[in-house]
Amino acid sequence: MIRIEHISKRFKKLQALSDITAEFSKGQVVSLIGPNGSGKTTLIKSILGMVRPDSGKIFVDETPINGDPSYREKIGYMPQIGRYPDNMKVGHLFKMLMNIRNTNESMIDNFLIEQFELKKIFEKPMRTLSGGTRQKVSAAVAFLFDPSILILDEPTAGLDPLASEILKEKILTEKKKGKLILITSHILSDLDELTTHILYMQEGKMQFFYNIETLQEETGELRLGKAIARIMKGEQFSNEWIDEMLINKKDEKIY
Amino acid sequence: MMKLSRYVLYDILRSKIIIAYTLFLFIVSMSMFQMEENSSKAMLSLLNIVLIVLPLISLIFTTIHYYNSYEFIELMASQPMSRTRIILSEFAGVSLSLLCAFLIGVGIPIFLFAADATGFALLFTGSALTLVFTSLAFFASVRARDKARGIGAALLLWFYFALIYDGLILLLTFNLADYPLEKIILALVSLNPIDIGRIFVVLKMDISALMGVTSALYKDFFGSGTGVLFTAGIMFLWIIIPLWLAVRKFRKKDL
Repeated sequence: MIRIEHISKRFKKLQALSDITAEFSKGQVVSLIGPNGSGKTTLIKSILGMVRPDSGKIFVDETPINGDPSYREKIGYMPQIGRYPDNMKVGHLFKMLMNIRNTNESMIDNFLIEQFELKKIFEKPMRTLSGGTRQKVSAAVAFLFDPSILILDEPTAGLDPLASEILKEKILTEKKKGKLILITSHILSDLDELTTHILYMQEGKMQFFYNIETLQEETGELRLGKAIARIMKGEQFSNEWIDEMLINKKDEKIY
Repeated sequence: MMKLSRYVLYDILRSKIIIAYTLFLFIVSMSMFQMEENSSKAMLSLLNIVLIVLPLISLIFTTIHYYNSYEFIELMASQPMSRTRIILSEFAGVSLSLLCAFLIGVGIPIFLFAADATGFALLFTGSALTLVFTSLAFFASVRARDKARGIGAALLLWFYFALIYDGLILLLTFNLADYPLEKIILALVSLNPIDIGRIFVVLKMDISALMGVTSALYKDFFGSGTGVLFTAGIMFLWIIIPLWLAVRKFRKKDL
């Protein structure tokens, strides 16, 4: 559904993406992981047409991304930080998005609106919402139009455990429907039960793109965090980041 | 396009800043007309305020609004909407709200106390200047990457058009006082929307008779139908060119 061919992007001194080629298809849940600043968000934004790559091509459903914005009808996007106009009411945001896409209430997927109980805050202006509530709104917006591709940038960061579980459940439902889902996250335990493929990036380069079974077989580890740690060590990548993740997890168990 | 700008407009009209701006203009204009016995004297004071304050507020408000809605613009860019449509909707929303503030704040007092040709010339100049400086501010903020630089550039633009440019023209006239400069000055004045606005309004007033031969020449030109068309045309160019440059830059920009 999405084909990326040799894309590169440079921001002044920083090589954000260098020569990335990958293909994602229906029913996959692809986890983009890597240290901060490794180019995950830039890759996502390139697919959304928000960042223009210096070279290379991206195809969504076999149509190359150029100026035409209509391909984005197929994509639901949840940004890392969702910020909305201060005085806009929550209900208005949903109405506006429906307006833009020319749909009405009967055609939308309001599972998350109901589960997160967003109807209650429809009359509140955006500026009064807490960070977590805003994340809930962003999540509901991403799933609103039942898109065939979902792009979620750090979806569970800032959500409380209950909301995070609801969102994961929703992602699983959508996965079963055969959608393509791209997730970036630093919380590997969240990805464990969802992901089918792992794309590991470092310093703008794609280090590997495996499906989870291959990863488990090669490493003999069932848990994602450990499996990746093992690969990192075997292939001599800088593994400080992954060690840190594992150390944190051990700490959690102690307390 | 109105779909999005309607919500932008709605959001801005509910913000306290724009209400305070309207009230400020209203109180200042009312008190000018109350304090001065002679309404044309009041018009002159009001003109000076319009020429200094309006560009400044339009520049600063637009720049701050642009940076505050950056994440929202990103969200819109992830929807099936073209970049041109997004930026033009933002422009329409911001400029309409500033226009509303001006037409209520200054328009009502003018209608009450000085509903004559000078009054309408002032309203026309004020509206045109609002649009010109909103457009310039969009250009500056689309070009500048961060907020500090954007606001800095906006302030510099204001200093240049409101203060420095007049100084330069004064310098030129003093040094070349022996030459017939009227036509050249007229051409130079068109390069500054504030100046052309000022001349356009002042020449509609009675006091213009006191300003000597030069003024008589300009009165001939600006008093005629061609003069009105000329002013409107120059103002139009000052609105369209920066806006067009802003759209062009925004289309290629990485969000």
